[in-house]
Amino acid sequence: MCTGICQIESILGMRYLGFLLLLGLFSYQPAPKFPTKLSDYGLFQGKLQDQIPVTGVIPYELISPLFSDYAHKLRFVQLPAGQSVTYNPDSVFQFPVGTRIAKTFYYPFDERKPESGRRIMETRILSHEASGWVALPYIWNEEQTEAYLEVAGGTSLVEFKNLQGKKQQVNYVVPNMNQCKGCHERDGMMTPIGPSARQMNASMRYAHGEENQLNYWSRTNQLTNVPGNRPKFVSYIDESAPLNERVKAYLDINCAHCHNPKGPAKSSGLFLDYRYYGTTAYGNMKSPVAAGRGSGGLSYDIVAGKPAESILLYRMNSHDPGVMMPELGRTIIHQEGVAVIREWIKSIH
Amino acid sequence: MGQAQFEKALQTRLILASDGDLIELESGNFQISGSLSLEGKKKITIRGKGMDKTVLSFKDQQTGAEGIKITNCENIVLEDLTVQDSKGDLIKSMHVKDITFRRIKAEWTGGPKSQNGSYALYPVLCTNILIDSCIAIGASDAGIYVGQSQHIEVKNCTAYQNVAGIEIENSLFADVHHNHAYGNTGGILVFDLPDLIQKKGGFVKVHDNLIEANNQSNFAPKGNIVGKVPKGTGMLILATSNVDIYDNKILNHQTVGVGIISYFMSEIAIKDKEYDPYPTAISVFNNTFERRLGRVPLEGRFAQIYRFKLRFGRNVPHVIYDGILDSARCGSDGQYLPQHRICVHHNVNQSVANMDAEHDFKNVRRNPVELDCVQEYVKSNQF
Repeated sequence: MCTGICQIESILGMRYLGFLLLLGLFSYQPAPKFPTKLSDYGLFQGKLQDQIPVTGVIPYELISPLFSDYAHKLRFVQLPAGQSVTYNPDSVFQFPVGTRIAKTFYYPFDERKPESGRRIMETRILSHEASGWVALPYIWNEEQTEAYLEVAGGTSLVEFKNLQGKKQQVNYVVPNMNQCKGCHERDGMMTPIGPSARQMNASMRYAHGEENQLNYWSRTNQLTNVPGNRPKFVSYIDESAPLNERVKAYLDINCAHCHNPKGPAKSSGLFLDYRYYGTTAYGNMKSPVAAGRGSGGLSYDIVAGKPAESILLYRMNSHDPGVMMPELGRTIIHQEGVAVIREWIKSIH
Repeated sequence: MGQAQFEKALQTRLILASDGDLIELESGNFQISGSLSLEGKKKITIRGKGMDKTVLSFKDQQTGAEGIKITNCENIVLEDLTVQDSKGDLIKSMHVKDITFRRIKAEWTGGPKSQNGSYALYPVLCTNILIDSCIAIGASDAGIYVGQSQHIEVKNCTAYQNVAGIEIENSLFADVHHNHAYGNTGGILVFDLPDLIQKKGGFVKVHDNLIEANNQSNFAPKGNIVGKVPKGTGMLILATSNVDIYDNKILNHQTVGVGIISYFMSEIAIKDKEYDPYPTAISVFNNTFERRLGRVPLEGRFAQIYRFKLRFGRNVPHVIYDGILDSARCGSDGQYLPQHRICVHHNVNQSVANMDAEHDFKNVRRNPVELDCVQEYVKSNQF
């Protein structure tokens, strides 16, 4: 009367049977509608690792990008054939259904010598389906020939030399699909974060030469109704730019995707969208809400003139998962970002 | 299957779950290295083999702030498992409609420490929350914390060695009953705070609870509002309106059985123009109070007020009210109109004091006549 499972049970004991059952329970394959390999999208020509886009896939850059453990990023967008985006000055462009955005994260072996090669970690595909945006993480293999869909994400250790020639080690974390939404969310819906007018109003080196990205998109009919006068973020690493503008750009791209009235961190009441600059919601003398030990024993998010008493800086300057902000997307401290915010808090009164 | 495979398989299962799925976890102690997340699903049950039988430990967590994070879902049930030692909160649910936590033990295993995460069970911005027969231990803020939510029932739970045992914050329509809160800094707190999305809480019933000996030293990291709760607090109502506290046993608290205070007592400036800092329409009745004679412990800001301003000596009243009134709610006698009144009546061993904080504690009065009224505000309401 004993079945095979009984035999397994008697041989391995209940604990292992549990594991086997779990294995059966969890052995789901990713939903078939999404390609399992990056190459299946046909976004690139030649060797996949060279990341040379096919015609119709446009590379783009952001002026002040999100910090991701010093990873370098390549960004591409592919609009559905014959469609365009309508310009707006304030927020991320509303890309049509069928749009795909690809973002590749890599580390040069040596930041001083980009030609020395690189280790590509992951490519995230943001795909605008009829039901909304979907974020899909593809993790590159060791051979750097292909990237595979891993809905649960993953981690891997990577080493590189930074601009100072110092060896850096990063335990690089690829977020899982749900965590992608942890940042890419407005009102419960998935959305891109980066490509807005103020982030793209800068020139970029294309195959045909250098050109302002908004001009190029406009000229090639991918962006319509582009006015002559367009907002522009400064680059937060640009020391010649006004300090408050660097801060606005930094906090907007690194924090405001969650810390806005429609984002996942709205329950905190701390809003770091550039438009809240100067308000209590931007943190000045604002008490934390549910910061827990993230408060670091401090009483306010920002205390003008006192960086050491400001929770915002304390959390940026931590890599403890229970303290640090952003809570995802980094495992190490962004020293340059911390420096900008520290200088700014010191300067305000 | 090793620990890493288990974690990956479980996270994959959570991501790919179809609406309506039951996800069962076997017995065992599983080490999890990153936040587990469930997002955008409907009608999912996650069920272990029982408290202390299925144990998810986040002791060596590398990534993510929470142990388990549940967001943008409907109809979620978590039951019969233990979660331990995450870096941040243990189980956080946000924007979930209909969520049940049943027989969940959520704990930091190293005793009360400021390095522990903030909240053990943490639904925020949710509607229709049931927390039933759960145990919360060791939170450096609140063991069971319901924030900015509506329609809440917390029952049959046990909370100990937390700063706050159970806290209802900026939440509407909460029924907190038949719980056991002991050995925390404060047993059960009902707070309304400024600068939040859901501005106003209230309509809260707290009844049939055993709230005893919450005399743990406050170990909350500074900067958090619960860090101001004095050790030895049974219940504290901060700036909330429409609260009934009845049929509880509130025993052996070194500082206060039930404190009713405005946000001004936090000594934090209020910048939120829509915020209502006054506790109003609160009734404390049919409770049993007990306390041995003795001075309040000398710890924290409130202790200084007790020592230098209130000067109760060893005979400390069970119920205190800060006495700071909102003039817009007062009648011609300078007291609250009946519908806003703070009432304390028919308690066993009742003793009450008005701190007169509005006038720098000049006229501290025991058993003040203005609190001697018979009222029920929400007891008969169905939430």
